[in-house]
Amino acid sequence: MFNPQQIHQAIQQKHHDLDSFKILISPEAQDFLEAMAQKSQNLTRRRFGNNISLYVPLYISNYCINECQYCGYNLTNKFKRLKLSMQEIAIEAETLKKQGFEHILLLTGEAPSKAGIDYLEQAVKTVKKIVHQVSIEIYPLSQADYERLIAAGCDGITIYQETYNRDIYREVHKNGPKQNYDYRYDTPIRAAKAGIRSVGLGFLMGLSPWREEILAMVKHARQVLQANWRIRIGFSFPRLRPHLGSFTPKYPVNDLELAQMVFALRLFFPDAELVLSTREPARIRDGLLPLGITRISAGSSTQPGGYKINKDQVSQFDVDDKRTPAEISKLIKSVGMEPLWKDWDWAFNIEEDFS
Amino acid sequence: MHKDKINFQTDKNDNLVINGKTFKSRFFIGTGKFSSPQILRETIFRSEAQIITVAIRRARPDNQVKDPAFAGIDLEKCLVLPNTSGARDAQEAIRLAKLGKALTGHRWVKLEVTPDPANLLPDPVETFKAAQQLIKAGFTVLPYINADPILAKKLEEEGCATVMPLAAPIGTNQGIKTRELLKIIIEQAQVPVVVDAGLGLPSHAAEAMELGADAILANTALATAGNPPLMANAFALAVQSGRAAWLSGAGKESTRARASSPLTGFLHQD
Repeated sequence: MFNPQQIHQAIQQKHHDLDSFKILISPEAQDFLEAMAQKSQNLTRRRFGNNISLYVPLYISNYCINECQYCGYNLTNKFKRLKLSMQEIAIEAETLKKQGFEHILLLTGEAPSKAGIDYLEQAVKTVKKIVHQVSIEIYPLSQADYERLIAAGCDGITIYQETYNRDIYREVHKNGPKQNYDYRYDTPIRAAKAGIRSVGLGFLMGLSPWREEILAMVKHARQVLQANWRIRIGFSFPRLRPHLGSFTPKYPVNDLELAQMVFALRLFFPDAELVLSTREPARIRDGLLPLGITRISAGSSTQPGGYKINKDQVSQFDVDDKRTPAEISKLIKSVGMEPLWKDWDWAFNIEEDFS
Repeated sequence: MHKDKINFQTDKNDNLVINGKTFKSRFFIGTGKFSSPQILRETIFRSEAQIITVAIRRARPDNQVKDPAFAGIDLEKCLVLPNTSGARDAQEAIRLAKLGKALTGHRWVKLEVTPDPANLLPDPVETFKAAQQLIKAGFTVLPYINADPILAKKLEEEGCATVMPLAAPIGTNQGIKTRELLKIIIEQAQVPVVVDAGLGLPSHAAEAMELGADAILANTALATAGNPPLMANAFALAVQSGRAAWLSGAGKESTRARASSPLTGFLHQD
């Protein structure tokens, strides 16, 4: 139990350690959310300004050999699987570019025989020719494979541990290579060693009690930063949502708790990217937007080919916020901020002749 | 000391001269972090700044009209100074500088190499390497550096047009935390010294100018103020005020020991 004085002190202190972080995420600190929100907003504006950067996920393959209970791409779910060709990937990426996006996050299920490293490398190269910034959210790779993707133009990876609780991890990952907790845990560290620029971490909120999860994630983030001090660290806040096969989270996270996580992470990591996805209802996204979030997705489809090629595929999860990129842009402006469509340039990765 | 400095870094109207180009204003502003192009435009207007830095990585040359990086800048009155923010090493900074040239049509660049995303501190080794190569390629280089007097001299020897030492880590609004080192840099410099990063209030800007800085740069302090244009105006006045104080003979404090010995003088008497 923490007393109000301890909580107040923790909110005000400039540099945090795990002890003060525990205070920020404590149940008692929920009564101090307003003060945490103010501090979080202040730190975010100073570091990131009045900007929110936009990205969009692009699912390129939903083949998967894992049986993750919470996921629509689960091997046991029967539906027509799809893998986009390079030409189709280009069409999808061009469609997104026309909407204004310059940052695309490529996603796949885990099926190395269908979407292996050669395919991924080609996909990164294809998309990198169209937009300035490409990140990936795919299955764990070796350090050497990350080096290949970085050379192809990949700027960042997102990899969720899903849960840091080993027992629950075992329980929800029924089959497939994803059962290897340690290999997955070391994934962002391998990517960091390979020289990736940014690493995004997260856990699926609802699988296990969140206070233990977030503490483990902060420790994980510190290990990633130790592996490479040049890394920009980021965190996402995926709350479990209904999908095909309907999975009910045992430990649902409510809105107040989600907000507490955003503020506590901002206070601990003033420089971290805090990412909110389309999964969140508009009310929550709009409310949290000015208080610590630095990046959001807009107009997201979780189906391969869902932007142009094929709109009837099965989703990995349901998207709650269905507003278009133009509407999201308008919304950002309405809360007094400027949407940032482009925050990167090919010149970082590619030698061009400008003479 | 005063007069020498004024002679080589200003003209008779006390204008700022950088690599042969004359500027009336001694206030540079950065364009990141503003909440809209309209506010940025008004802020630039009220600042009377003539050197406006723009992040190359945010520029959208294919879409100049909507380009947030250039929106609101009157290219007739202001020099758009592309910066290489985001670069982690010399190679990236050089590529960005070349792109900056393609975008602006000139070879001026604010060189920033910040490999540590947490504190955004400048990398002296990579900055030096990039400066050498860019100068060789004909660029006018204004490097963002830590308040390191030796590095400042070495960059000057390589041919940098200014040095831009930080007052405090970027975006912190902490004010002048590197005061003693800035004084040494200013005292030794043969090129204009532009104090960059960390200035959070007009009083910080005035303090930098009173120390003898030739100009200052601000961005976060303006962009995150409740009323950015008004804050820009306040900074502009503070820069003028600090400059006047410097010209009037303030800032004579020395970093070197004086030879006088008021307590032990009797030992030298007959």
